[in-house]
Amino acid sequence: MALLQISEPGMSTAPHQHRLAVGIDLGTTNSLVATVRNGVALCLQDDDGKVLLPSVVHYLADGQIVVGRKAQSAQAVDPRNTIVSVKRFMGRGLRDVSHVETMPYDFVDAEGMVRLRTVQGVKSPVQVSAEILKDLRVRAERSLGGELTGAVITVPAYFDDAQRQATKDAARLAGLNVLRLLNEPTAAAIAYGLENASEGTYAVYDLGGGTFDISILRLSRGVFEVVATNGDASLGGDDFDHRLFCWILDNAGISLPSDRDARRLLMKAREVKERLSLDESVSIRMTLERGDEVDLAIDRSVFVEITRPLVAKTLKPVKKALRDAGLEPGDVKGVVMVGGATRMPHVQQAVGEFFGQTPLTNLDPDTVVAIGAAIQANVLAGNRAAEDEWLLLDVIPLSLGIETMGGLVEKIIPRNATIPTARAQDFTTFKDGQTAMAFHVVQGERELVSACRSLARFELRGIPPLVAGAARIRVTFQVDADGLLSVSARELTTGVEARVEVKPSYGLADHEIADMLKAGFENAREDMELRGLREQQVEAERVVEATMKALDADGDLLNTNERAELDAAIASLRATADGQDSRAIKIQLEAFNRASNEFASRRMDKSIRQALAGQRIDDLRI
Amino acid sequence: MLDLKQDYFALFGLPTGFAIDMDRLEQAYLDIQGRVHPDRFAHLSDADKRLSMQWATHANEAFRTLKSPLTRGQYLLELQGVDPAFETNTAMSSDFLMEQMEWREALGEAREAADEEVLEDLSRRIRHANRTLIEQLGEELDQKRDLRAAADTVRRLKFLEKLQHEINDALTALES
Repeated sequence: MALLQISEPGMSTAPHQHRLAVGIDLGTTNSLVATVRNGVALCLQDDDGKVLLPSVVHYLADGQIVVGRKAQSAQAVDPRNTIVSVKRFMGRGLRDVSHVETMPYDFVDAEGMVRLRTVQGVKSPVQVSAEILKDLRVRAERSLGGELTGAVITVPAYFDDAQRQATKDAARLAGLNVLRLLNEPTAAAIAYGLENASEGTYAVYDLGGGTFDISILRLSRGVFEVVATNGDASLGGDDFDHRLFCWILDNAGISLPSDRDARRLLMKAREVKERLSLDESVSIRMTLERGDEVDLAIDRSVFVEITRPLVAKTLKPVKKALRDAGLEPGDVKGVVMVGGATRMPHVQQAVGEFFGQTPLTNLDPDTVVAIGAAIQANVLAGNRAAEDEWLLLDVIPLSLGIETMGGLVEKIIPRNATIPTARAQDFTTFKDGQTAMAFHVVQGERELVSACRSLARFELRGIPPLVAGAARIRVTFQVDADGLLSVSARELTTGVEARVEVKPSYGLADHEIADMLKAGFENAREDMELRGLREQQVEAERVVEATMKALDADGDLLNTNERAELDAAIASLRATADGQDSRAIKIQLEAFNRASNEFASRRMDKSIRQALAGQRIDDLRI
Repeated sequence: MLDLKQDYFALFGLPTGFAIDMDRLEQAYLDIQGRVHPDRFAHLSDADKRLSMQWATHANEAFRTLKSPLTRGQYLLELQGVDPAFETNTAMSSDFLMEQMEWREALGEAREAADEEVLEDLSRRIRHANRTLIEQLGEELDQKRDLRAAADTVRRLKFLEKLQHEINDALTALES
């Protein structure tokens, strides 16, 4: 990054303030936080020197909330209040979750997303995930010695809109500024590609604790382009544990274990699974609460046999992704293995056989996603010079559409469309004098609405009464760089607009989040206010700094008057930000954004023209 | 000032026409996306972020439209005020319609019989027909400048695309 010459007296002259940004892998089994320090990406450790935080949250009767290893050891004692693998519930209704019958929780089937009744009341998966994220935020702030500017949170590439929104809500609840939701295989590709300077077509096979993704990417110098992605958002290492758990029950002749025993047996199953990746045979011994004895031995070949269908199940999405990419297995130059479950030798073997090559296992499958997220967070926070940056082009995993007559889906944005993207489709009225129209937004590949994920319903009113088929209603879908959808509808002859952010129907409504945030700070009201003020001040600083930088590079795009106006706007934003009124800063920020809009447009214009002219003006910074 | 309404060829600095230099298109797209992509603006003001999303969306849409011959041809027709009107205009030559019916029948039978080989063969034949039609579309748009004929070819291509989708769906269904 070039040194800035800021001539105005009394203004900050720190040209290269390193912003604290982290990447967080919010996993089904384990979560991690990583950052870039002195140009090197590394995972941050907890007080015990561990980087993996078990994604387990224990709610205690005395109001305490324990996260991680300690919570993990509580799960056999207090299974009902110890939530594991909460990621499986994110953005999901009860009927979407598999194996609920063997889970020890008290489920509450709420509209849109399932909730869990604990000793501390009913908790949404968003709240449980927020506890994990909070723990990682505190770890990072302690380790880095300051407040975080922002975080990149990874999500499975195959997560739908509901699951992505739930993840973003959890981050907000944990007090994190989300720089981007990044797809896990894409994060791994960044880490792998940069490390190995790879070029060509690569596949990332990501089998985590609860989710499976396959992404096909084209890597070339400076560009990471996702060509196609597919997966199964409820298939992972947990399912291998579950098969083994069932095998133990069958072979030990146990029919209905208690909740605690079930939890202990599941933990045992996981341990045995992990050992079978190293040993040919493992013995299983355990005494249950009622005195039943489990005394078994299992060979790897048996484990391979009982989990073969699960491995086969991962290859279907792989084939689909290749077909969407228009490629054959032989066209793939390398297959990067990600996720702890890819340690299983028979998974590696099956993938190797399918692609006709030995998969790449030289990166730690547990940490590679967090490392990639940290590298991207460092870029998004503005810590790298523009010419060092790379372009990341990702896609939407599942088609988005609208319900039409007869319960069928009209696709508006197809899967694997590069994001951000927007598409519009015109609809018309089907009755004379019709003045309102209802829309149902869905996501999925099936033709029937009932087989797709329902995202939102909304209504456009005030359509002028015309004969059937005369009104033209344009529905526009916009998907942002996080893969999140917003939908708007407009009647073209009168301009009646109904806009809906596709969110409240399944996730948490904004006011719910606000309430939770408040509740979290109940005993420390001042803390919350201070935090709010600090956030506004940081935002104001950030905006001023960015604008100064832009003025330095492109000040000539403004005439004297315009320059004076913008300088005045900067001065008044600075003055307000020095005060203690967070609301005033917010209002001032909005005003500033309006004042700088024209300048932003002109810079964008200049930048695009330069791209067209094929120039590379090295001192241009945007 | 550049604006989001300018035509896609101008956006990428390419001559307006069906014949297109793919490498140049891709390079221009990456150059522009490299400057407007939201990842470049994540640490900037809301005004910058909003502009970036609009431009990146626009560049993606423009690239998608020009990359595929079918959408490119359709777009060229639209620029010249011709709406190929896929749904309503069905006046097509009878031999093409006959061929369509044969293909549909073959697809139906192969789907019934769950015959992967037949489906793959059908897919190959459609790709071949597709290539021929794309060449024809180029001539109609760039040399003959016969917009009516071009609109007809676009409609045929659209037919083939739909059929190809159905074959892919059938193949996918066989796998699961």
